[in-house]
Amino acid sequence: MDLLTFGKTGWGDELFYATLMTIAVAVTAMLIGFLFSLIFTPFKLSNNKFLNFIANTYTTVIRGVPELLVIYLFFFGGSGAIMYVASIFGYFEYIEINAFITGSVAIGIISGAYSTEVFRGAIQSIDKGQFEACKVLGFKRHIYFLKVIMPQMLRLAIPNLSNVWQITLKDTSLISVTGLVEIMRQSYIAAGSTRDPLFFYSFAAVLYLMLTFLSMKLINKLEVKYSRGF
Amino acid sequence: MDLDLMLTSLPKLLSAAVITLKLLSVSLIIGLLIGFIFAVLRLNKNPFINKFAYGYSYLFRGTPLLVQIFIIYFGLGQIEWLRQTFLWVILKEPYWCAIIAFALNTGAYTSEILRSAFQTIKPGIIEAGKSLGISNKIILYKIQIPVAIRQSLPAYGNEIILMMKGTSLASTVTLMDITGVAKHIVSTTYKPLEVFLLAGGIYLFMTFIIHNLIKYLEKKYSFQ
Repeated sequence: MDLLTFGKTGWGDELFYATLMTIAVAVTAMLIGFLFSLIFTPFKLSNNKFLNFIANTYTTVIRGVPELLVIYLFFFGGSGAIMYVASIFGYFEYIEINAFITGSVAIGIISGAYSTEVFRGAIQSIDKGQFEACKVLGFKRHIYFLKVIMPQMLRLAIPNLSNVWQITLKDTSLISVTGLVEIMRQSYIAAGSTRDPLFFYSFAAVLYLMLTFLSMKLINKLEVKYSRGF
Repeated sequence: MDLDLMLTSLPKLLSAAVITLKLLSVSLIIGLLIGFIFAVLRLNKNPFINKFAYGYSYLFRGTPLLVQIFIIYFGLGQIEWLRQTFLWVILKEPYWCAIIAFALNTGAYTSEILRSAFQTIKPGIIEAGKSLGISNKIILYKIQIPVAIRQSLPAYGNEIILMMKGTSLASTVTLMDITGVAKHIVSTTYKPLEVFLLAGGIYLFMTFIIHNLIKYLEKKYSFQ
């Protein structure tokens, strides 16, 4: 247990900050994922074949390719692509993107593909009569979406979104390959300098278990809140 | 885009795909066995056995696969007495460490899939069997297991695809699977976009094949 003390001799404070970093990356990625699903869910549900095709390509490709590969692509290819765009505008200096941003965007795009599917499924399983009733009552588009469809959709989506959250949280461990100091990277550093990988990786596993356990408790509360009346 | 590089690295990546497929198939077979055992344990009435099986699946589903591989590959080598046993022959090889981690991981997910399949079998089917005077053993082998397999096919197909994507983590313990080879080529040519996109294409193709295979099986074994 000496290894986990806070301060200069132990790894407690480092691992604590690393845990905060993991949470920060996971939350940012989840939000970026919501942003993506906000764009692609309407595409999936639209009657336009072209928009359908774009959204289907996005979700199929991302869900069919390893997460690690997506992260490598973003980390190694990202700065090159941005520098290429910048060179069009006449900027030729080296641009290095922050590991936190690349990591969150990469995981966010992955998480977005999963949550797009969740939202699509949830909206599709709402009774058709609800949409028709809104039209008959002459609701404005945004009001009928916010007041009628959204609450019903969230009730159906939350259990599946909690799965997406778990996947996203676990995917953040892959960002350690880019050198961002989150739980996995910090354990790697600690294991390297103390030559005690068994202890530190097991402790990392405990930290992840704690995060998944706590987030499940929180999500269950949300689930209860949104299934009022059912 | 450097098309020449893509053409020259394609055969290398394809030969690495063999290792990916090997890792996938071996760990799926072992994982299916583990999953079946733990699904049966989960359905056991004894609370101790039940909790043990639940704990196993919770542990492996609640932690990232990367942590599991690292514990097995880097962590277990640290235990002195383990090095003296015959297990060390297996545990010093990154290939087998990766397979152990993958098998345990997919076993946890498979046990959940099979458990829910067994639990959602309509009681009417089993009751029908009983009222026809069929013995419990035959009900299990001829009714419960086939129905459970049919019901778990879609979820298991997803699990196969997830596992295939998971095998890319083998590259972190020095194995040269598709991702490992792609990373190696990138580190010598500095052309990440071309090589990683090509590797992604190969993975996508494999996903496509698995997806259609499962779809075919689902159709073949549908109830209608």
